Amino acid sequence: MKFTMNWLKAHLETKHKDTQIIDKLTDVGLEVESFEKISSDLDDFKVAQIISTEQHPNADRLRVCDVDIGQQNIVKVVCGARNAKKGLLTVYAGPGSVIPKNNMKLTVSKIRGVTSYGMLCSESELKLSDESEGITELKPSKYSDKIGKNYFKNNTEKVVDLSITPNRPDCLGVRGVARDLAAAGAGKLKSISLKNIKKDGSQNIKVSITKDKNQGCTIFASCLIKGVTNKESPKWLKEKIESLGQKPISAIVDITNYVMLDFNRPLHAYDADKIDKEIIVRNSKKGETFEALDNKEYKLDDGMCVISDQSGVLGLGGIIGGTRSGTELKTKNILLESAYFIPRSIRKTSKLLNIDTDAKFRFERGIDPQSVEIGLLKASELISEICGGKISKFDIQQIKKYKNSEIKFDISLFEKITGFKVKEKEIIKILNDLGFKVSKKNSELKLTIPSWRPDISQPIDIVEEVVRIKGYDNIKTIEPKKNRLKDTLNKQQKLFHFLQRSVASKGYLETVTWSFTDSKINNHFKENLNEIKIVNPISSDLDVLRNSIFSNLAIYLKKNLDRGFKDISFFEIGPIFKNKQPGEQLTVIGAIKSGKISRLNWNEKERSVDIFDIKKDLIQTLMEAGYDKQNFFIRDKSPTYYHPGKSGSVYLDKDDIDPVAYFGELHPNIVKKLDIKTERVVGFEIYIDYLKDNKVKLKDRKSNFEYSDYQKSERDFAFVVDKNYKAQDLIEIISSIDKNLIRSIKIFDIYEGENIPTGKKSIALNVTIQSSEKTLEENDLENINKLIISTVESKSGAKIRS
Amino acid sequence: MSDIKKIKNEYLKKLDNNLDLKSVNQIKTELFGKNGQISNSFKTLGSLPNDERKKFASDLNSIKDELQEKINSKLQEIEIKEINSKLENEKLDVTLPEREINQGKIHPVSQVIDEISSIFSEIGFSVEEGPDVENEHYNFTALNTPDNHPARDMHDTFYLDNKKEILLRTHTSPVQVRTMLKGKPPFKIIAPGRTYRSDSDQTHSPMFHQVEGLHIDKDINMGHLKGCLNYFIKSFFEVDKIKMRFRPSHFPFTEPSAEVDIGYELKDGKIVIGEGDKWLEILGCGMVHPNVLKNVNVNPDKYQGYAFGIGIDRLGMLKYGINDLRAFFETDYRWLNHFGFDPLDVPSNYRGLSR
Repeated sequence: MKFTMNWLKAHLETKHKDTQIIDKLTDVGLEVESFEKISSDLDDFKVAQIISTEQHPNADRLRVCDVDIGQQNIVKVVCGARNAKKGLLTVYAGPGSVIPKNNMKLTVSKIRGVTSYGMLCSESELKLSDESEGITELKPSKYSDKIGKNYFKNNTEKVVDLSITPNRPDCLGVRGVARDLAAAGAGKLKSISLKNIKKDGSQNIKVSITKDKNQGCTIFASCLIKGVTNKESPKWLKEKIESLGQKPISAIVDITNYVMLDFNRPLHAYDADKIDKEIIVRNSKKGETFEALDNKEYKLDDGMCVISDQSGVLGLGGIIGGTRSGTELKTKNILLESAYFIPRSIRKTSKLLNIDTDAKFRFERGIDPQSVEIGLLKASELISEICGGKISKFDIQQIKKYKNSEIKFDISLFEKITGFKVKEKEIIKILNDLGFKVSKKNSELKLTIPSWRPDISQPIDIVEEVVRIKGYDNIKTIEPKKNRLKDTLNKQQKLFHFLQRSVASKGYLETVTWSFTDSKINNHFKENLNEIKIVNPISSDLDVLRNSIFSNLAIYLKKNLDRGFKDISFFEIGPIFKNKQPGEQLTVIGAIKSGKISRLNWNEKERSVDIFDIKKDLIQTLMEAGYDKQNFFIRDKSPTYYHPGKSGSVYLDKDDIDPVAYFGELHPNIVKKLDIKTERVVGFEIYIDYLKDNKVKLKDRKSNFEYSDYQKSERDFAFVVDKNYKAQDLIEIISSIDKNLIRSIKIFDIYEGENIPTGKKSIALNVTIQSSEKTLEENDLENINKLIISTVESKSGAKIRS
Repeated sequence: MSDIKKIKNEYLKKLDNNLDLKSVNQIKTELFGKNGQISNSFKTLGSLPNDERKKFASDLNSIKDELQEKINSKLQEIEIKEINSKLENEKLDVTLPEREINQGKIHPVSQVIDEISSIFSEIGFSVEEGPDVENEHYNFTALNTPDNHPARDMHDTFYLDNKKEILLRTHTSPVQVRTMLKGKPPFKIIAPGRTYRSDSDQTHSPMFHQVEGLHIDKDINMGHLKGCLNYFIKSFFEVDKIKMRFRPSHFPFTEPSAEVDIGYELKDGKIVIGEGDKWLEILGCGMVHPNVLKNVNVNPDKYQGYAFGIGIDRLGMLKYGINDLRAFFETDYRWLNHFGFDPLDVPSNYRGLSR
């Protein structure tokens, strides 16, 4: 919504300064986007100074000038003028400028092989005089401190640009804005002056509104103006239109636009001679077409509100007119329409056809249904004044009566909501100034809502009106109380935050990537989940919701490798999507590690990252989160995007059905397909939703501290087992032999090769044995030793290595 | 007797010399070995008459102690000397680099969410969450934004179906609806999370973060709203004074509604929050619309309160001087390292919000 201060003052009698008005607009909720002059084509012409010149290498009559165009910018301009010499102050036009003399638009161009950025102008090119010999010479006394400034003064008025919220269609007209300002004490709303126009004869084009289902038009008022001379608008009108940055078209079009901008009352002018006999406002039939004023042909569906005549559709009511009945300069007789269209109907039709016009924007938000007549009056008065012609009587077709609605307002609600008091008298004044009719009954006000306020329907709306006009500054600041209803975070949220920082503390950079990803990459990681397409993606490579965090991590791993980073560890904690219904999502940590450990290190041998690096980070994270490693169980099953032999899953307990995490090397085929160039990529995923609550709080878990001071003994064993035999099983067998005596088991060597039969491997372990009751004697140790060997051999088929 | 005194003096003198370990051990043997001079002297004890024996034994013992002490201290001295000379040869170049350091970092968005949660925790808010995928009812209709409402156009929505019933939430406000539907008033929650709009340029990203706030009770009015936000903004930016402006605005789900601006100035191209005469819009808020309360079965005649929505990424940008919103989500290793936070830097009330 744009207007100039002068235009505003046609409605508002005020002594306020511009800046005060601007502040007031903000205070009442009409957000000021800007208050500045509309830029003009002439702004492109700058005062400039030639710093140096040199001969053009390929043309005797041309010179290449270095030109200072201000703000420390020096550009090269090729110039043929003889007076182009060092030190000259002149007028420079940059690329994109339009030369007034010939309307030529400048571009960066090569002149005989030398690139010229813009040009230096002669007075004739600037339409200042007929002087075309040489470039403009500016007096140093006047211009030497103006280098870079506009040469032409911008004479246009400053324009206020408001961002109007959708609830305030009334403020899409200057008068509505003036009314708010007046209510807020920034002046007095002037009354509308209407000249008594002479109406001659009847409007003899028959108008009817059909009784179609969901008819989108409820009022259609019109008048004929016969014998007009359409022409260029007078200066005052042109300036008004131009001041808003719009282009004047013709007097008739400009007048209808002006009334719309002034009162938020859209109108439409038809060339009456092009109307075939009558106007019928009806629902469209599927397949009907018409050519709109935007020169596009629209194909209509059933049930769109159209203005038609006997030959067919003339226009889409309240949205856009058609070319068939449009006014032209030669138009002699016009039919002026002022109608009311139902917002829902406008919105539906414009969405289906994808049309956005000024009229649509306004009708969609709600036009004052009681403004049809004043719109006709205002416009026909101006038309007859400017274009002449005879105005007919008004024809008003109406299928619904609009009565102002009334509500009751209990004054105490104001203080209850806002926390401060305003005197009853003041409330009534504010509401009166906004156009409400107010009558009082006890502590209740009976309010008649002005017809231009479709947003007001209940008492809370009245509170808002009063508080915004009174000013939000009056609201007290009540210090918050520090009482708590429940814990800030629930258990699952605490776990989320704990895990997040736990993973980061192991050397991973946290990243946040989009919840959507590229379906082509996602396919590698989606397993058996459904692909969830976004109907209107922002781009084709962000077309699905991610089924796994790995797709984005893989994409960004590659980008960072391409940037030259080699050893990368990062992770994300966030949602993945199982399906498209709300709630069908899981919170997952995905972490990725690539490259080498100790690359180019002087005292450590470098090696590629491997799954035991990532497994350590994973297990340690779970331990830190409070889960007991003693109960963890590892299986070698994992999703297909992992290396089939170098990956696994972690269960909090052997008997659990769902794993809480996966870890492993990324499948080499995927790494290859995605063209990820690194030594190795390993990663893990933790499914936070599958992590059970630690039901026992830490304070209760820590109650008993038991320890033994009796002597510890260590024994080493080496067992030869099948190559596929799992170390975890061996440890399980040994530790369950005597949980009281066997304190820890460490695997210190895995060996295959010489002295070991093929298909077998040797696992060497160190077992710590300690009693909590006594110091074990040689003979006790010997017994335990034997028991370990015999149990392992019988349960696992292993052989002790002698 | 004079014999042992002579031995004593002789050996004490010997031990004063600069000796090596071998010579000290030699002396030890000469004195206390099987046939050592002191050992032998003890053997003579038996042959002495009773009255002499007692005296002799006592003298002998004190001489023995004296010599033994001297030998021990000599041995210790030698040991220390030997270790010291060995250490001289073990000198390392300690300026060589340590083993590889891999410092992890927390993303600024996560850090800011923790800061926000910590601040609101102080005044009794708890954290709620909701799904990223929503249906249009929770995202719009229940929030007093019916299908034909132009306010829907202000949210460029991503849809997951052609009927436009399932979408990516365009704000965190649906969490209000879900929270109120599943509980009973009073409510005092914040809901941080991911939000989505199909918009992408320097200042818009198709995904961004918001935190929703909701406080519903019997007598919560706009003064409480102002107080709460004033407290939050001051705490978040860690300044004593902040210029703040409440401006009437419109959101379908609150009434009266406000937008909040904070004062700032530009110093050397950087935004300095708190002073200055420029205004920066940072959040939208208002009193929860009675229609919304009705939609979630809360009686608007009995309960009322406020709600607000704040852009998390934007707050982070302002506080930590980050220019480009889109960089938040581009996983540039350099950016993450530069703007990330140490994982041990947990924002909390008692340790302070940030270092």
